[in-house]
Amino acid sequence: MDYFLQQLINGLTLGSIYGLIAIGYTMVYGIIGMINFAHGDLYMVGAFISMIAFMLLAVLGITSVPLALALVLVMAMLFTAVYGWAIERIAYRPLRGSFKLAPLISAIGMSIVLENYVQIAQGARVKPMQPLIQGGFDLSLQPGHHTSLSLLQILIMLLTVGLMAVFSWIITKTPLGRAQRATEQDMTMATLLGVNVDRIISATFIIGACLAAVAGLMVTLYYGVIDFYIGFIAGMKAFTAAVLGGIGSLPGAMLGGLLIGLIEAFWSGYFSIEYKDVATFGILVMVLIFRPTGLLGKPEIEKV
Amino acid sequence: MLSIRNLEASYGRIQALHGVDIDVEAGEIVTLIGANGAGKTTLLMTLCGKPRAGKGSITFEGEDITRLPTYQIVRRGIAHAPEGRRIFPRMSVLENLQMGAVTVDPKYFADDLDRVLTLFPRLKERIGQRGGTLSGGEQQMLAIGRALMSRPRLLLLDEPSLGLAPLVVRQIFDIIRDINRQQKVTVFLVEQNAFHALKLAHRAYVMVNGRIAMSGSGAELLADAGVRAAYLEGGHEAPPPRPAPEAAP
Ligand SMILES: Nc1ncnc2c1ncn2[C@@H]1O[C@H](COP(=O)(O)OP(=O)(O)OP(=O)(O)O)[C@@H](O)[C@H]1O
Ligand SMILES: [Mg+2]
Repeated sequence: MDYFLQQLINGLTLGSIYGLIAIGYTMVYGIIGMINFAHGDLYMVGAFISMIAFMLLAVLGITSVPLALALVLVMAMLFTAVYGWAIERIAYRPLRGSFKLAPLISAIGMSIVLENYVQIAQGARVKPMQPLIQGGFDLSLQPGHHTSLSLLQILIMLLTVGLMAVFSWIITKTPLGRAQRATEQDMTMATLLGVNVDRIISATFIIGACLAAVAGLMVTLYYGVIDFYIGFIAGMKAFTAAVLGGIGSLPGAMLGGLLIGLIEAFWSGYFSIEYKDVATFGILVMVLIFRPTGLLGKPEIEKV
Repeated sequence: MLSIRNLEASYGRIQALHGVDIDVEAGEIVTLIGANGAGKTTLLMTLCGKPRAGKGSITFEGEDITRLPTYQIVRRGIAHAPEGRRIFPRMSVLENLQMGAVTVDPKYFADDLDRVLTLFPRLKERIGQRGGTLSGGEQQMLAIGRALMSRPRLLLLDEPSLGLAPLVVRQIFDIIRDINRQQKVTVFLVEQNAFHALKLAHRAYVMVNGRIAMSGSGAELLADAGVRAAYLEGGHEAPPPRPAPEAAP
């Protein structure tokens, strides 16, 4: 039971991170019908910006952990948002209205560019970071077993819940979210009503990048090591999460992220840690075969 | 108010408009009739920049809007209730109306909403319902209501009577007349339902294969033998036709 509880905690933590990244995939797909394969790399960029920001704050002598965290959060979101915005402007907008595969190829190119850029700028070696937030609670149920819930895990889950709440509010209640949904449902009509669709698409990339940046910050804190290649595998998993939940569906992305995190944690815990990625991508194959619209996806498949 | 000069538009290599000239004066209801595929929808969409005009010019209230980005055109005071209604299916009636008002200062919203819901009490009853689940007639009311929410001076309507029961058609046309008279909105109306449309219109144009074939007052066209033969055949509400020497243009 203890072991189960521990995997559950680990899975929910991991799932929060995947869910935050998955939203970026699903939003962009919903609005312009393309898979932004460079999105995983935005998360990697977010992780590096977080690490650089932490070092910068340490140099400046800001040692209060809550203050440092808040500042890093803002900086990571800000700079990653610039990257997200720029990717769309440089690699996708010029191709709008061209053939369907063009932006996809451009996205893969963008992903390679980002990975190599970070590799050159930051080096290929793994970057370690001192654990910043320590401590936690002992949740052991039986003597001799060990279950713990760290402060960091609590922080990750709370931050995710908070961000999801803000994000849902933006999408369902604000004029920006309304214009975004309208653009997603009928871009031409939205334009006829006076919506500047280019701005809405930029906003979508910026929001997706902000969420990916937070995921990057979390992973920096959680694992303590990052390298230029983490975006690829995490991106693939978050993409799987988005497909599992139903690509284009925002609640689906959150749900899919949690499920992928849980599957990965339980598979690692009970079967083999080496094959955890096989399990995740096995799920992707199964979903695509048996329920291509995903768990919460809409039955219409016009955009594929 | 609106003057269209020598307008051409194409889809790829297929040209749909071949030099169209149309004028709409402030306060008028102007109707455009024509067979399927004549280019009526294309003309309305070209006014909004989708597709872009190939040649010719579109002037609205003295300003050349031919090359303006689409989202700017509605800000000049032109609203469009397009073919097929294009209601946002997964948004509520209220949200659809809010989308109509995106270009308007929010301080007007409550009053404008009130005005539209008075015009279409059916929408008031269904304010929280998803657009995609409305009936055809309700969707048409919503499409017109949404267009009115942008406080237009010129309203473009593309076949508002399509697929509606005769009673609802009459209701829609009455409302168009009210909008024109009471709210001083100029109306440019595309219709298949030529009899109603010509009766309502101050002036009318007939389009054939992307060209304007004829124009005149609504009453003149209604009395014209060629128009009758081509667009009013079998219209039981029409008076008996005079002997027609020629077929449709
Ligand atoms: N998106 C498009 N791509 C290619 N051709 C098009 C497109 N839209 C319209 N056309 C063609 O342009 C011509 C004019 O079409 P349009 O829709 O303007 O006709 P319409 O007068 O509105 O007809 P209807 O009364 O049936 O609505 C037609 O021959 C049509 O096939
Ligand atoms: Mg048409």
